[in-house]
Amino acid sequence: MKLRYFAWVRERIGKPEEEIEPPAGIATVADLMTWLSHRGEEYAHAFENPKVIRAAIDRAHVRGDAAILGAREIAFFPPMTGG
Amino acid sequence: MAATIRLQREPFDAASEAAKLRHGRRDIGAVVTFTGICRSDESGAPLAAMTLEHYPGMAEAEVARHVEAAERRWPLLGVTVIHRYGRLEPGEDIVLVVTAAAHRQDAFAAAEFLMDYLKTRAPFWKQIEFAGGEKTGGKIWVDAKSSDDALAERWTRPGGGREAAE
Repeated sequence: MKLRYFAWVRERIGKPEEEIEPPAGIATVADLMTWLSHRGEEYAHAFENPKVIRAAIDRAHVRGDAAILGAREIAFFPPMTGG
Repeated sequence: MAATIRLQREPFDAASEAAKLRHGRRDIGAVVTFTGICRSDESGAPLAAMTLEHYPGMAEAEVARHVEAAERRWPLLGVTVIHRYGRLEPGEDIVLVVTAAAHRQDAFAAAEFLMDYLKTRAPFWKQIEFAGGEKTGGKIWVDAKSSDDALAERWTRPGGGREAAE
């Protein structure tokens, strides 16, 4: 699946997107954040406070308990500040 | 009702967008036009520019979803939402919401509802660049305000948003 990062999540990780294949057992968005945070210092920094990170699956907002099965694109970003 | 939704780097002309919305119509009794503008300071610190990042694809979809929600909630006769992205300097327009209805209450309420949701749900992020460069703090991402969340939240309560008009 494709992961996309925005704003300071993107800056901390150091790339706007990447393709990943999470291992079996990673069932939810929250699981995925925990798994990502162990991939290196930059990920640990981006996900140090997972409660503030928002997520979208296939371009729709989801909560941490959302299942990632079948997702094509998952995005992580800070709370939005548009308008 | 046909809504106009555009995400663009270029400036917009609020007056001509409002005129377009009511052109040739005789059923419209009220048009509300809201323009959000880049200020020259953030909490007292002078600002050189603001850069808006967005999530292409999702931002359009999210704005459209909220325009549809506004149409279900109020008898609207027209809606235009234009949100800019990229680097904007103080004094430049950021966002435009135009709502048209037979009566002003519906046009006002729908415009406010759309702005409250654009601020908290549409995938846009503001980064500000302070005047004076690194010496004055360089660039920072704007933090989401809990007051904005509270404003969006009120529309989900029974009679939502009504306290704003009282």
